Amino acid sequence: MIALFRRDLALAIRAGGGFGLGLAFFLIVVVLVPFGVGPESAILSAIAPGILWVGALLACLLSLDRIFALDFEDGSLDLLATAPIPLEGVVAMKAAAHWVTTGLPLTLAAPGLGLLLNLQATGYGWLVLSLALGTPALSMIGTFGAALTVGLKRGGLLLSLLVLPLYVPTLIFGAETVSRGADGMATATPLLMLAGITLATAALLPFAAAAAIRINLR
Amino acid sequence: MELVVEDLACARGGVPVLEGVSFTLRPGHALFLRGPNGIGKTTLLRTLAGLQPPLAGRISVPPETMAYAAHADGLKATLTVEENLRFWARVFAQGGIGAALAAFELTELAHRQAQNLSAGQKRRLGLARLLVTGRPIWVLDEPTVSLDTASVALFGQAVRRHLDGGGAVLIATHIDLGFEAEVLDVARFRARPRSLDRFDEAFA
Repeated sequence: MIALFRRDLALAIRAGGGFGLGLAFFLIVVVLVPFGVGPESAILSAIAPGILWVGALLACLLSLDRIFALDFEDGSLDLLATAPIPLEGVVAMKAAAHWVTTGLPLTLAAPGLGLLLNLQATGYGWLVLSLALGTPALSMIGTFGAALTVGLKRGGLLLSLLVLPLYVPTLIFGAETVSRGADGMATATPLLMLAGITLATAALLPFAAAAAIRINLR
Repeated sequence: MELVVEDLACARGGVPVLEGVSFTLRPGHALFLRGPNGIGKTTLLRTLAGLQPPLAGRISVPPETMAYAAHADGLKATLTVEENLRFWARVFAQGGIGAALAAFELTELAHRQAQNLSAGQKRRLGLARLLVTGRPIWVLDEPTVSLDTASVALFGQAVRRHLDGGGAVLIATHIDLGFEAEVLDVARFRARPRSLDRFDEAFA
């Protein structure tokens, strides 16, 4: 399973792997917002937590359709399904590799982008913490969506429609953590909810995604 | 390590294509599947490999003994020959890949990216994967597509070595691979035309 994780990382980083695409997209979305909303720093700092979270979420969405589609096209998925690794393990490793190449860079880049939106100084720690806790859930839910749509032509569009509603709880609690943290209020509740969502998706969705792949491979 | 198939029926896209398929594949033996295009050879092989459930019948084989090779080779274009093969060796928890590279004359290409290989070279790499699975029963779907005669001979040698080592091979093929084997004509198992009365037919 470690071999699969390392292969996915290598593929993401090589030419055409899409690494950095999400990051660049995140940057552009966040840079566009002040142009649309105007440069008033009070407004920007009020909406910064929400914008940063929405941006991270959309950036995460960009690379989801690659998770299984490429393996399905070149036949690797058939071979992985007949390999000694359980399909649940394949799903978990793919989600982990997706997080390391997407969620982790977004988390690390977010403070720099917070600066562009005039995020209050107290919010930076919460921003990084909430993204670190929340983005694994985005990768896991997205992997499940990718498993549902594997083998469909133009499945990427359907994937976005399926996955975005499922991202709502993560978005609510993630953005809430940051805005409460920035205002100096208690953040324990949204933070714990965020962690709970991530743990629940990590525990349940590999099984659901593996079942979906088994049906799609028939 | 025997593969025993009894009265197997399988479907493709919700339509039964084969029924009553029965055969036994013993260690050291090869079996050729023959039959016209579209008769259901690939469907049968996918069913045997466990990628789709059979409609009826029984497949008895010890767990984790089958290595399946389909039309697609499962290669990653941006990985080198060596990286592609080493990945599968690790997945199947096997050691070196040197013997597999040598068996299909890929040693000189080891550091080339898979996207720069010719179709025949890709196929050879796909077949070399079988050697790093360490599994005794090979289930192969048209393994010689896009291979030249020299490469077909290489493949024939690899299969013969595998058989001599106590392995077994089930091959769907139309060409002569240069060794004796039983032939199973799939056409005689063609299913009677009927529709499956299943509530999730649309999703099958």
